[in-house]
Amino acid sequence: MKGGTVGLMDIVIDIAGLVKRFGHATALDSLDLQVERGEVHGFLGPNGSGKSTTIRVLLGLLRADEGSVTLFGQDPWRDAAELHRRLAYVPGDVNLWPNLSGGEVIDLLGRLRGGLDEKRRALLIDRFELDPTKKARTYSKGNRQKVALVAALASDVELLILDEPTSGLDPLMEAVFTDCVDEFKDDGRSVLLSSHILAEVERLCDRVSIIRAGRTVESGTLADLRHLTRTSVSAELSQAPTGLDGLTGVHDLAVEGMRATFEVDTVHLGAALQALGRFGVRTLTSQPPTLEELFLRHYGEEVAS
Amino acid sequence: MTGAMTVLRFHLRRDRMMLFWWIAGNVLLYYSQAVSTDGLYPTQADLDKAAAGMADNAAFIAMAGPARALDTLGGQVAWQASAFGAIVAALMSMFLVGRHTRAEEETGRDELIRAAAIGRHAPLAATALLVVIADALMGALISVSLISYGLPVGGSLALGLAAGLTGLVFGGVALVAAQLVESTRAAYGITGAVLGVAYALRAVGDVGNGALSWLSPIGWGQYLRPYADEQWWPLVLPVVAVVLLGCGAVALFDRRDIGSGVWPARPGPARGSLGSASALAWRLQRGSVIGWGVGLLLGGIAYGSIGDDVADLVGDSQFSKDVFASAGGSIVDSFYATAAVMLSLIGAGFAISSVQRLRGEESSGFAETLLATALPRWRWAVAHLVVTVAGTLVVVLAAGLGMGLGFAMVTGDGSAVLRLTGATAPYAVPVLLLATIAWLAYGIRSRWAAVGWLGLGFCFVVMMFGEVLQLPGWLMDVSPFRHLAQTPAEDFRVWPLLVLLVVTAAAAAAGMVAMRRRDVVSA
Repeated sequence: MKGGTVGLMDIVIDIAGLVKRFGHATALDSLDLQVERGEVHGFLGPNGSGKSTTIRVLLGLLRADEGSVTLFGQDPWRDAAELHRRLAYVPGDVNLWPNLSGGEVIDLLGRLRGGLDEKRRALLIDRFELDPTKKARTYSKGNRQKVALVAALASDVELLILDEPTSGLDPLMEAVFTDCVDEFKDDGRSVLLSSHILAEVERLCDRVSIIRAGRTVESGTLADLRHLTRTSVSAELSQAPTGLDGLTGVHDLAVEGMRATFEVDTVHLGAALQALGRFGVRTLTSQPPTLEELFLRHYGEEVAS
Repeated sequence: MTGAMTVLRFHLRRDRMMLFWWIAGNVLLYYSQAVSTDGLYPTQADLDKAAAGMADNAAFIAMAGPARALDTLGGQVAWQASAFGAIVAALMSMFLVGRHTRAEEETGRDELIRAAAIGRHAPLAATALLVVIADALMGALISVSLISYGLPVGGSLALGLAAGLTGLVFGGVALVAAQLVESTRAAYGITGAVLGVAYALRAVGDVGNGALSWLSPIGWGQYLRPYADEQWWPLVLPVVAVVLLGCGAVALFDRRDIGSGVWPARPGPARGSLGSASALAWRLQRGSVIGWGVGLLLGGIAYGSIGDDVADLVGDSQFSKDVFASAGGSIVDSFYATAAVMLSLIGAGFAISSVQRLRGEESSGFAETLLATALPRWRWAVAHLVVTVAGTLVVVLAAGLGMGLGFAMVTGDGSAVLRLTGATAPYAVPVLLLATIAWLAYGIRSRWAAVGWLGLGFCFVVMMFGEVLQLPGWLMDVSPFRHLAQTPAEDFRVWPLLVLLVVTAAAAAAGMVAMRRRDVVSA
């Protein structure tokens, strides 16, 4: 980071104006995505919004129709195999060869990626409580996911691409997963995490990109995004408040005697608190917007229609 | 048992095409034996001559069964069709049972059904009923078709009953196997092994004093003596076996949990030795290479064991001359040239299904997982294609080796092993061209891989019926098999082979270019 701008070498994933069509259907419609080195980047969007398609383009499995896509500064379509040495991928729907054991799959994928860290492999199998001797056909969805996660986390790579990696894990294993991603990131490495579980994204991600219908609608740090949304405020005052409804950015105001609750655009929070101060604040609770609210703000219209 | 009928109707709806092809195929197997025997031996004198040549051929008896009343049309049909027809019926029953029991439990679909308001035994009962219906229909249609051809009613009934009941016995074996093990594949393995043992026991028994044949369900059917003074009491044996197997399956079912088997699944290795795409491709395809190789070796031995009695066997009719003499040369050599092409066409089944494996790996999402590693796309494809090419050579050479071995065993002419293997080897090239067509189509679009089967079907029609249907020469010449020297009937020519090789290599390269340019699709 020189001179306040992000250096070229510090951008791991750079997608601009990506378009991907399947026949007449447009899956990605001018999508943008930037992931910087050392960050965990949340990739959010409803089902069918194009998250998996974007990831497949990034992996060089699908060919971009328009736009520019670079991974570590290189073209993922042309240099797929070379780039894949530096990343590990966990698909959302892990399918494994039914007659191979979990251990065999982990070792195969590790070798194809260019080697596994033996110590980490053993540790991860232990932490995820995975039985590597079972045949893949007998694994549940969660256990298949663990196989892919162990194979990915035990390889020595700079980038993890995870497509809804915890959809089959129980809460305990989810916690293990969260710890593993934290440790991975602490080494200065990057993660692209597509997810539906907002709590997980809030907990793990430095920045998020929200996409809808193949287009990026919002991107930034969680703090940035929160700034664009509303904070809910509930206050008990020493005298009945008046004139609060005249404040800019205040919504859903309810005054009941000496009690006021409202939501305020986060940019106008300061002014609203000053106004409250005039009536003598006894107690005050304020809640920052959750990611759910962020999410609903972008998809609420869709739900309504 | 509540709901069994609903489940049964559902099975019939899902399986109607599959049932049609199995049943129609097997009925056609019996019926075509009647037609072709009639064509080969149009007079009683021809039949007598053929019977004299066959009745003491131990290899033939081991292949097909005891030689009875071979001087009658019915006797010939029963001899040629009863063992293979019984195997077809057994395989149909096995696949029906596996598909509706273990496969459903493995995928979890079974839970959906069981969670509905149906009895605990309803899915089992529905599967059993389905197999009974399928085998009854198959047996009945075999009998009806043979009676309609003009064969005696008693013998036709016995032949149909033999096929249907043998099928049912193996349906019972499959139902028991499905309770014992956890995977569909293992259940097929057990049933297939029992079927193999049954076939071998009958082969050894029929060549010897017949005692061992009584231990084989296939032998039970043949002991009905169709068209040779039928005896009916052996019908008791398969009926008792079916009842015992059915009760055994229910008893085992009651002792196990849904989703698991009576025998617990064996664990696999905790550490893997697979280290490359090639190792994985071989691991995934080796069973198929070995299976097809052994199958074609046995098929080759079957043809080879006819020895140099071909002339007797073929008879003097115009039809048989049309079939076997098209290649020119001596009748024995042209017979083996035809046999070599025939076996190679069967071997093309391996080659094309091996290419289709790529499509299967891609659509099931396995390819996506692999291609997200440092494995380049072309190397992934080449790993499978190398197995296709090597496997095709193994399979075609196994057919030639089998013919040579069979021929040498019967005639004592040891040089035949090399001669017939060498004569069959060139046909691997047109087989590879058929596989390459499948590969090229797959390269352009994943789901076009099935085009390879059309190519095989075309070559088959040209070979079997080209002359009879009087297809135009240019159309028949599209089949690559037509351009090779018909070894061993003709001398080997190197040029046609080289041209085919160049065409194959060019098509393979085009397939690779196309495949590297398109999207990888997963389900």
